[in-house]
Formats: sequence, C-alpha cells, structure tokens
Amino acid sequence: MSFFGLFKRSEPLPATAPVARERLQVLLAHERGSPRNSSKMTALKEDIIDAIARHMLVKPEAVKVKIDRRAEVSILRIAVDIPA
Amino acid sequence: MAKVLVVTSGKGGVGKTTSTAALGAALALNGQKVVVVDFDVGLRNLDLVMGAERRVVYDLINVAQGNAKLSQALIRDKRLENLALLPASQTRDKDALSEKGLARIIRELRTLFDWVICDSPAGIERGAMMAMRHADAAIIITNPEVSSVRDSDRIIGLLDAKTEKAAKGERVEKHLLITRYDQARAGRGDMLKTDDVLDILSVPLLGIIPESDQVLRASNLGQPVTLANPLSAPARAYSDAARRLMGDNLAINVPLERFNLLGRIFGGRAA
Repeated sequence: MSFFGLFKRSEPLPATAPVARERLQVLLAHERGSPRNSSKMTALKEDIIDAIARHMLVKPEAVKVKIDRRAEVSILRIAVDIPA
Repeated sequence: MAKVLVVTSGKGGVGKTTSTAALGAALALNGQKVVVVDFDVGLRNLDLVMGAERRVVYDLINVAQGNAKLSQALIRDKRLENLALLPASQTRDKDALSEKGLARIIRELRTLFDWVICDSPAGIERGAMMAMRHADAAIIITNPEVSSVRDSDRIIGLLDAKTEKAAKGERVEKHLLITRYDQARAGRGDMLKTDDVLDILSVPLLGIIPESDQVLRASNLGQPVTLANPLSAPARAYSDAARRLMGDNLAINVPLERFNLLGRIFGGRAA
C-alpha cells in the first residue's frame, strides 16, 4: 500500500447479515432433520451397504434408500448403482 | 379461561426477564389478572426487575414442597393491584422443584389469574423444561443475531416435544418476540432483518422491541419498562404485543423514539 493510500477513504464495508442468514439456513436444515427418523434411515442404509459389501464392492454413495409414504402402504425403495 | 405462557429463548441475556415484566405489567394495565413466575431457581432476578426484591418471604419451592401457602408466597405489585409475582428460590438447588408440586401450583394459579407468565431460565436444562412444561403458549425471545436464532430453533423443537401439550398430541401456540432490534444496523445490512428471522424460524411474530436505553433505565429503577416510561419506544412495542396476546389485531411496526423538542429545551421529563 502506498503512503497516500493510508489517507484514502475506505470502501463501505459489505453487508454481513446475508452471510448470517445463509449460514443459519444451512446449519438449521442440518440440525433439524427429525432425529428419530433420520437415525433409523441412516442405520438401515448402513446395514444395506454392509450386506452388499459382503458380496461386491460398492461405494456408500451408490446406495440410495428412500421411503415413500402413502395413505395405504409405504414403499421402501433401495437403489444400488453397481459398477459395470 | 386462564392462559399459561412461557417466556423462553435458550440463550441467556436476550431479554426474557425484561419481557416477562414488561408484558405482565402491560396485560395488567389492560385490566387482566396477571402473575409472573420466576423459574430461575438459584439465580432469580424477576423480583429485582419488578422492584420487589425486598418483599420476598416465601418462594416457588417453599410452596411446591408444602412449606408455605401460595397466598403467602405471592407478592402483590405495589403499582398494579391485579399484578403479582411468584419469586424463585435463591438458595435452593434447582432440583428441589418437584414435578408434582409444580403441577399443583400451576393448577392453583390458573384459578386465580387470567395470565400465568413463566419466566424461563436460560439453557435447556431442567429449570427451562419445568418452565415450559405446563405452557399453553410460548413467547420465544430472539435477538437478530446468529447464536440467538439457533438457540431459539432448538427451543422451538423442545416445545414440540417436551411439554404437557406435546404429550397429549396437541401443540403449544408459539409467538416470536424480537428484542434489541436496531433498525439502523438492519438498514445497513449488518443485522438480520425481521423477515430473515421469521423465514428461518417460521413462528408468527408477536412484536419487535427496539434496542433502547429505556430498558436499562427501567431495570435500574426496578420497574417494568411499560410502567417506567409508557411512551418510550420499547414500552409501546411491549404494550402492542400484550394487546396482540389478548387477541387484538394490530399492525406490527418498529416504534421509534419520539423526538421531544420541548422536553429537551426545558429539560423536563415530558415523555
């Protein structure tokens, strides 16, 4: 910085509230995820990955576990991408 | 029908006790019978903010344990005859308050008052859980600041899980009260805006209390701000919030201090 730069008026500081807002939204989305169901789903997913891993090599992210809740029945969908 | 309110926040120092005193007095000014109950066992302060610290004889725990009658522990406000305080114990352990004893006290208070306002301690420990246990409605006090908003979110989750209403499959009615709001800083983009907080917490807004010197002045004097300086910006905001609790449909704005030129010139206390 030049000597005269010291006397220059600084730029107005950027607003910080939008950063606060975004950080909170990301954090709370993570903290909220209803703990009971999500831990059940996580456990189920881990068991499925373990079972498959005994027979073939899959990456954890290749396993998708989802529950569709409907009035009469709920459907558990398991999709596993197996390398060719 | 009496209504039990809990004033809660998770985070400390956001204005629970100030708001309890201010709303309690504002409801009483509207002719309602009100009791404010301090749940901060071991660290009581509502008595001090209400200016009744020298009149405490018996407390919540004495009554819960059957060592004093409710009527002996209730302190009637000297300014408003339909406002009372039930102080917390300063010397006892926070575990001394039993579930059963508390349930009996709340039942009895419901028969005596229109509003039972429970001032919760900070945190999510037993005292805070006891304060919310019997609530019909909750006032969540939030400062427009990240840690306060996060803690409020946590408390909202607990209100849906750990209250008597939740156990019965019902919902605790929730209201958000934003305190210490600084419009100038929000305008510069350096403070979360009301809409940001509402978006994140999705709880209906009860009011916005502006940051103000009047709040500290009132607590110095041991007066709820709604009695100490009823025309000040925070007092007007609290009074409006109290009327909304009573069912009035008032538009929400941030009251501003009125610039009182005559008062300044003559050095009087016109406001």
